Amino acid sequence: MTTTLRDAVALTERPSRPSPVSTTLTFGWRALLKIKHVPEQLFDVLVSPIIFTLMFTYLFGGALAGSTQAYIQFLLPGILVQTILFVTIYTGYTLNTDISKGVFDRFRSLPIWRPSPVVGALLGDTVRYTIASVITISLGLILGFRPDGGILGVLLGVLLLLVFAFALSWTFIILGLLVRSPNAVMGISMMVLMPLTFASNVFVDPVTMPSGLRAFVGVNPVSHLVTAVRGLMAGSPDAAEIVWVLIASVILTAVLGPIAMRIYRTRT
Amino acid sequence: MSDSLAVEARGLVKHFTSRKSVTKAVDGIDLSITEGSVFGLLGPNGAGKTTVVRMLATLLRPDAGTASVLGHDVVRDADAVRSAVGLTGQYASVDEDLTGTENLLMLARLYGFGPAAARRRVQGLLEAFDLADAGSRQVKTYSGGMHRRIDLAASLVLAPRVLFLDEPTTGLDPRSRNQVWDIVRVLVDDGATVLLTTQYLDEADQLADRIAVVDHGRTIAEGTSSELKRSVGEGAVHLRVAEVGDRARAAEITERVLGAEVTFDSDPHAIAARVPDAGADAVPRLLPALAEAGISVPEFSLGQPSLDEVFLALTGQPLPDDVEPGAEPGAEPGSDSGSGPGPGARESTEVSR
Ligand SMILES: Nc1ncnc2c1ncn2[C@@H]1O[C@H](COP(=O)(O)OP(=O)(O)OP(=O)(O)O)[C@@H](O)[C@H]1O
Ligand SMILES: [Mg+2]
Repeated sequence: MTTTLRDAVALTERPSRPSPVSTTLTFGWRALLKIKHVPEQLFDVLVSPIIFTLMFTYLFGGALAGSTQAYIQFLLPGILVQTILFVTIYTGYTLNTDISKGVFDRFRSLPIWRPSPVVGALLGDTVRYTIASVITISLGLILGFRPDGGILGVLLGVLLLLVFAFALSWTFIILGLLVRSPNAVMGISMMVLMPLTFASNVFVDPVTMPSGLRAFVGVNPVSHLVTAVRGLMAGSPDAAEIVWVLIASVILTAVLGPIAMRIYRTRT
Repeated sequence: MSDSLAVEARGLVKHFTSRKSVTKAVDGIDLSITEGSVFGLLGPNGAGKTTVVRMLATLLRPDAGTASVLGHDVVRDADAVRSAVGLTGQYASVDEDLTGTENLLMLARLYGFGPAAARRRVQGLLEAFDLADAGSRQVKTYSGGMHRRIDLAASLVLAPRVLFLDEPTTGLDPRSRNQVWDIVRVLVDDGATVLLTTQYLDEADQLADRIAVVDHGRTIAEGTSSELKRSVGEGAVHLRVAEVGDRARAAEITERVLGAEVTFDSDPHAIAARVPDAGADAVPRLLPALAEAGISVPEFSLGQPSLDEVFLALTGQPLPDDVEPGAEPGAEPGSDSGSGPGPGARESTEVSR
């Protein structure tokens, strides 16, 4: 054992320090490997949009919009937003899992660009978002979703949604860094996201709501996001809402990103 | 330059504050570790060993004091330290969901190896650590010993000049333990410096050139293993009687013959006595005296005091965990009895300040 060990450990040539892009991609690769080895983590991503779409379309479609056909045109972009927002929670959840297992200690003891584990994980999340989007939209198409915006409109809608999702992820990264256990991250995030998605225009048009609630729905960022995505998919983009979403994303990232990285660096 | 310092720490302090209390995890520790040596940090649960290692590995910022590794300050020059240091944490620091190969490949890529070079490096390490067959399995399916080995291999991907091993053999069986010890010896032979924390006396005794005994965040003694033993002053006699019922009488005879105070181990057969210098001549008379009294003594040894006794002498309390696998032909039967204190004893020094 000793001679092979000697040979194996001895290093003839030290590699040069890798670039931030390379280390970030390596962490992205790790996220893909984790999806490959633990496919169960995709279960929620797959199942919840299916259940929500079916339930709302067939239970409430007729009552809310006259017919399921009419309702799915309204509902689907909203369901997509809800699905993707819930998937962002996983960012904080997986980060917290890494920290509580000690894997992050090793990452933090490496001579690499410090944000790369976090940014790489975000890259990996793209896969989850893509799968969730494809499932939701395919199901919608089967149920009769016929967006007037065409393929381009749908793609732009998804793209805008992903921009916002990445910005929002920083909230959950911070939560993942601060909270004690992965399940606590899950619980707290749900408590925040549930009211935000339900008290919005995801499922119904707020005109019939009481005025207090309507005011809340009006300022709810989820409503802005849903309106913007709906517009793009319906082929009638609402420029003001799109700009609102983009600015919100920039602000979220500019403020929360550095805070998250600071907490990450100084975490004990 | 064989005696330049690989690790140097002056007055390291780390206090953890929670709502109710302040834990003085590390409370002023100095370290000077010569390049190419093994340094053992020996202490009970909660002594502050992990906290020291985490500060040296740049994972934790010291509240006060300075530390440098190969001349690089751990705070100001953290990246240089990270390039020179390998760390095997106390708790698993590989990704349980990935395979062994994937874990090492990821690290090799993160250290800057190209794809082909990374594969070669990883293959070599897996073979050397006896993990070639297990490489394609998820780490969560590994046994405790394999886990430790992949952890060690992971910290050797860049052939670090300084290696921090935080309790590398806790929970391993004697064979796996010996494997880890062999690995450490090879690495040091090849010029690496190793800082090792342990709760096991014989581990520090076997591996470390110098040992610091820490307790409650402070160094309470430092030196080579034999210096530490000598600081307790005297030699020691250890013996085991065949019949439990004979122990009291045997103790009485030992006390009389040696003029020394006898201490009782938790092993109901065992007696230990520190021999005062004046009593050294009397030692040869002890066995005949016991035989004359009809007491059968299957085990008898005379040697330096064990580190266990050193610890007792230094802190006034025994090490909380002296259940040793006893894999080595140690000269101190007193410390490798299989019937040491149960798990309850582990809590005795958990800090409650
Ligand atoms: N992050 C932390 N927050 C609060 N207290 C901590 C933290 N890390 C360590 N401590 C406390 O500091 C003290 C020293 O802990 P440390 O882990 O360094 O001990 P140790 O010598 O490694 O013990 P063990 O042998 O059990 O691993 C303990 O009382 C522990 O509870
Ligand atoms: Mg520890």
